[in-house]
Amino acid sequence: MSAPGMNAPLLEASDLALRYGAVPALDGVSLAIWPGEVVAIVGESGSGKTTLLRVLSGLLPPDAGSVLYRDPEGTAQRLEAMGEAALRRLHRTDWGFVHQNPRDGLRLGVSAGGNIGERLMATGARHYGSIREAATAWLRRVEIDPARIDALPRTFSGGMQQRLQIARTLVTHPRLVFMDEPTGGLDVSVQARLLDLIRALVADLGLAVLLVTHDIAAARLLAHRILVMRHGRVVEEGLTDRVLDDPQHAYTQLLVASVLAA
Amino acid sequence: MSATTGYNFGYLDEDTKRMIRRALLKAVAIPGHQVPFGSREMPLPYGWGTGGIQVTASVIGPADRLKVIDQGADDTTNAVSIRRFFARVAGVETTERTAEASIIQTRHRIPETPLREGQILVYQVPMPEPLFRLEPRVAETKRMHALADYGLMHVKLYEDIARHGHVAISYNYPVMVNGRYLMSPSPIPAFDNPKMHRNPALQLFGAGREKRIYAVPPYTEVRSLDFEDHPFEPVRARAGCALCGSRESYLDEVVTDDAGGRIFVCSDTDYCQSRQARQEAAE
Ligand SMILES: Nc1ncnc2c1ncn2[C@@H]1O[C@H](COP(=O)(O)OP(=O)(O)OP(=O)(O)O)[C@@H](O)[C@H]1O
Ligand SMILES: [Mg+2]
Ligand SMILES: [Zn+2]
Repeated sequence: MSAPGMNAPLLEASDLALRYGAVPALDGVSLAIWPGEVVAIVGESGSGKTTLLRVLSGLLPPDAGSVLYRDPEGTAQRLEAMGEAALRRLHRTDWGFVHQNPRDGLRLGVSAGGNIGERLMATGARHYGSIREAATAWLRRVEIDPARIDALPRTFSGGMQQRLQIARTLVTHPRLVFMDEPTGGLDVSVQARLLDLIRALVADLGLAVLLVTHDIAAARLLAHRILVMRHGRVVEEGLTDRVLDDPQHAYTQLLVASVLAA
Repeated sequence: MSATTGYNFGYLDEDTKRMIRRALLKAVAIPGHQVPFGSREMPLPYGWGTGGIQVTASVIGPADRLKVIDQGADDTTNAVSIRRFFARVAGVETTERTAEASIIQTRHRIPETPLREGQILVYQVPMPEPLFRLEPRVAETKRMHALADYGLMHVKLYEDIARHGHVAISYNYPVMVNGRYLMSPSPIPAFDNPKMHRNPALQLFGAGREKRIYAVPPYTEVRSLDFEDHPFEPVRARAGCALCGSRESYLDEVVTDDAGGRIFVCSDTDYCQSRQARQEAAE
């Protein structure tokens, strides 16, 4: 697999550092992601994956280092200088965030259609019929029966909730999506279906995805590149097949071996 | 100057009035924006219009003529006691005529008789935050106002249309003021919302318990939230007033006997009586 080539990264981070007391959650992390590229971030629990995603998406300011975002016009902007209003706009237009727990990414008291329509309305859509059409199309696209458009997400299975969260996120056609363990907490068969769906959407829409996962198999299926984290540092980085088939760092070797053994 | 010895003019002390006027000026300068103020204890419990009373007390002068309505009527206990209160502490004239009043304090209605330049309409507001049912965190609602981030309110309207076929808000229907701030019009019927739009009078809102003041200056744009394909429609009972025959005014349903008999009459008593008087005079 090779990433669709474009000459400038969507997002570029350099020398990120962040401590929680004595714990270095991020310790000199640099990375870049290009349009259409899927990058998996793997590593043991507590290695700093979620923290990295939150810092990259501007939800958490780092103690040091910087994050550069390139807008659709090609202008690079430093996240820390962007201001809250611009960052919010970015989060509901050019970016998306898919949480592990659908409760964090959905409004459970709002219908499926309303959940999908929210980003459209927040960015100025004022035609009810068009919002509904978009919601219907997206339900179909994530394999939820459009007849469920007025149902509340709490009546959905875990897998359906996660697919709804993805629809709600992708409706504004973001170029970059952050996913934090999107298949965590789901049954294995449900996970497989969700991964297939994500793979199809990524290919269709040319999405760039930063995917945090424990699941080496998911990383192999989806990612062009892999970053291995440990104790807040990136210990190994490379094309997916190279990292998984020929791991260089002892920790990666352990990680891959433990999956093979399992 | 004080009408009854022992009271400062308008009941409130001059420092408090100055503080409230400063909040009012700021509110007028930023139409629809909620301005905090140091609400004082009033000789009435919250829920009896303490916010409106403090606003009225801060803008009223000896030359003013005050009208007070509650649900459109001048003769309810609440309206009568507030009117008496100001007659006593400010010595001002009072009236039941919309056209003759320079200040109208109101709970739950906008008079049917169009207001004019120079008049002030003071609303009693129980809950100033239009987003409070949707977003319980106060800090988050402040952020939403600061960023004009009102998509969530539209989600609520979307949900209503999906569920009921129309927006199911008949009172306190949210409005956008001057294209910038989302505002609660207080629990007036949605029927009254269009009266706020480009109204020549100054509209002031006081919430005593929540300690907020906001304002709509004369001729300001006030739009009820809606969708292009589901435009806002002010609804009223499909009937004429049993007393004056009006088919334009907002009607109250009145039960006339215990056999289920009911009639509709104008909620605005001044408007209704004026029409009746004109009809009698014409006969
Ligand atoms: N709010 C916080 N306060 C204190 N320490 C924190 C906080 N959030 C994270 N940490 C610590 O920072 C380190 C990195 O945490 P992070 O959540 O980023 O790990 P992770 O790789 O996402 O782990 P997991 O796989 O369990 O989700 C951990 O040691 C964690 O205990
Ligand atoms: Mg995590
Ligand atoms: Zn009448």
